[in-house]
Order: sequence, then structure tokens, then C-alpha cells
Amino acid sequence: MVQYCQTHFDASFGALSDATRRGVLEQLGRADASISALAENFHMTLTGMKKHVGVLEEAGLVTTEKVGRVRTCKLGVCALQEEAAWIERYRQLWGARFDELDKVVEKLKRKERVDGRKKRK
Amino acid sequence: MDERRESDATPTKNHTTVERRSERELVVTRTVNEPARLVFEAWTKAELFRRWWVPKSCGLTLLSCEMDVRVGGRYRLVFSHQASTMEFFGTYLEVTPHSCLVWTNEEGDNGETVTTVTFDENAGKTLLVVHDLYPSKEALDAAVASGSTGGMPETLDQLDELLASLGSSTETK
Repeated sequence: MVQYCQTHFDASFGALSDATRRGVLEQLGRADASISALAENFHMTLTGMKKHVGVLEEAGLVTTEKVGRVRTCKLGVCALQEEAAWIERYRQLWGARFDELDKVVEKLKRKERVDGRKKRK
Repeated sequence: MDERRESDATPTKNHTTVERRSERELVVTRTVNEPARLVFEAWTKAELFRRWWVPKSCGLTLLSCEMDVRVGGRYRLVFSHQASTMEFFGTYLEVTPHSCLVWTNEEGDNGETVTTVTFDENAGKTLLVVHDLYPSKEALDAAVASGSTGGMPETLDQLDELLASLGSSTETK
């Protein structure tokens, strides 16, 4: 399970490390597009774009569907949502931890006040 | 039990942020409404640290917590989770009272992660920035994937419950 997830995340971060692929995601965020249209927009050969789309597809960031002779690409948000969910869980953990820290520090402050009063007596 | 007292005991909580700043960096920030010297104390005295560091979700118990907080000093945390134990250990690289702590995390298989905590006091409040620098992009990806950084993420749902009960129990002391 961990192995599977790891591969999955490696794929999605790897996919996002390339400027062209980030551009493709941005464009697909606005509208679905065929591979040939993407190739044209990014001044690339069809083969080059197919490769990029393949990487994005493997990472679960993009899905493609072939209708007739045209392969249409659309955004698949699954992997990004997973990373966002992880970040949120991590934030919750630290949030809970810091809430406990608040209590510890608050107690220290009260103790300091009491000690201060004792010293003055 | 007494809901009013509980809410009185826990005033508005400050917001925690988490950001993956780069392929190798993860940054957590939070403000604590007290001066840096007190916050620093809670990070550097084992008997205080162990009261807040451990995720209170099910099955995870802190068995021991040793901290030799000085440059070159070591720390070791041992947790029990179900039938097994997990250890976290490393070395303090920098200890600047009330302002900065740096330590290594040496338990991982993928090389050392370096944690830097800065305590930035302003008008009696302390901004905490916890910065983790992973040895490689792969190491941080792996941490994200396994959830190890997040303690026991699948059980975090139970945190609210636990925190509520803790909130009332600490007040009785």
C-alpha cells in the first residue's frame, strides 16, 4: 500500500516538475483539448506532446479519451486532491499539537506569575 | 461535562499553516500568544515537550523522551504503536535560547532531514516557523506518501474528541 502510494506521488510530483506539463494542465483547466491542439499551442511535435500527456496521465493528473481519430485530454484532479488532503491532515496534526503547546505555555506563564508573587512576599 | 467552562479555558486558537515550499522543504507556521522564552522552554525541556508533541490519536503512546538540548547533544523519542515501537532520534545542531533550534532527524532510510524552528517574538507573542529540509525530493515525496510526517493521519478524526477531554482535565490541576 505504502509502495503504491509512493509511486503514485512520485509520478505526480515528477509530472509537475516540467514547465510544459504545468502549462498543459493550466490550459486543460480552462477547456478540454486534443493532443494535436496542445502540440500546436506549445509549438511541439505530436510525438513530443503525446509523451508529456502520457506522463500526466500516469500521474492521474490528466485523463484522455479517444473519439474517432481524435484523442481529447481533460483534467483529472485525483492526485492533486490527494496531496492537498495530505497537507490538510498534516496541518491538523500540527494544529492539535500547537493547541496542546498553548496549554503548556499558558501554565508556565501562570506558574511564573505565582512564583513572582511568592518572591515579592 | 461543563461546556461553558471548557470554552472559557480555550480562547480562540491561532491558525496553523502548512506549505510545501519547494521539492525538499515543508514549512509550518503558528503564533503562540506568549513570549518566546516560555515557548522555547516548552520546546527544550523534555517533561514539557512530551506533554504536547505526541499526536493524541489512538494507539500512539510516548514511551520515553530524552533530550540533551545543546549543540551536539542528542535526542531520542520512543513511541509504541499497537504491538511495535517507533524511534525518532537525532542531534541538535544549533541551540540559540529563545530564538532558534536546529536538529537532525536521523531515523529515516533516505538520509537526514534537518528541522529548523525559529521563535520570533513580537508584542509579547511568538511566531513559530518549523522548517523541514528533506535530503531529497524523493524523501519528502515518500514522507507525504506514507503519511509518516503526519503521525497517524487515519486516526486524526478522533483528535477533536481527545482535545476536548484534555481541555477539561488540564484545567483541574
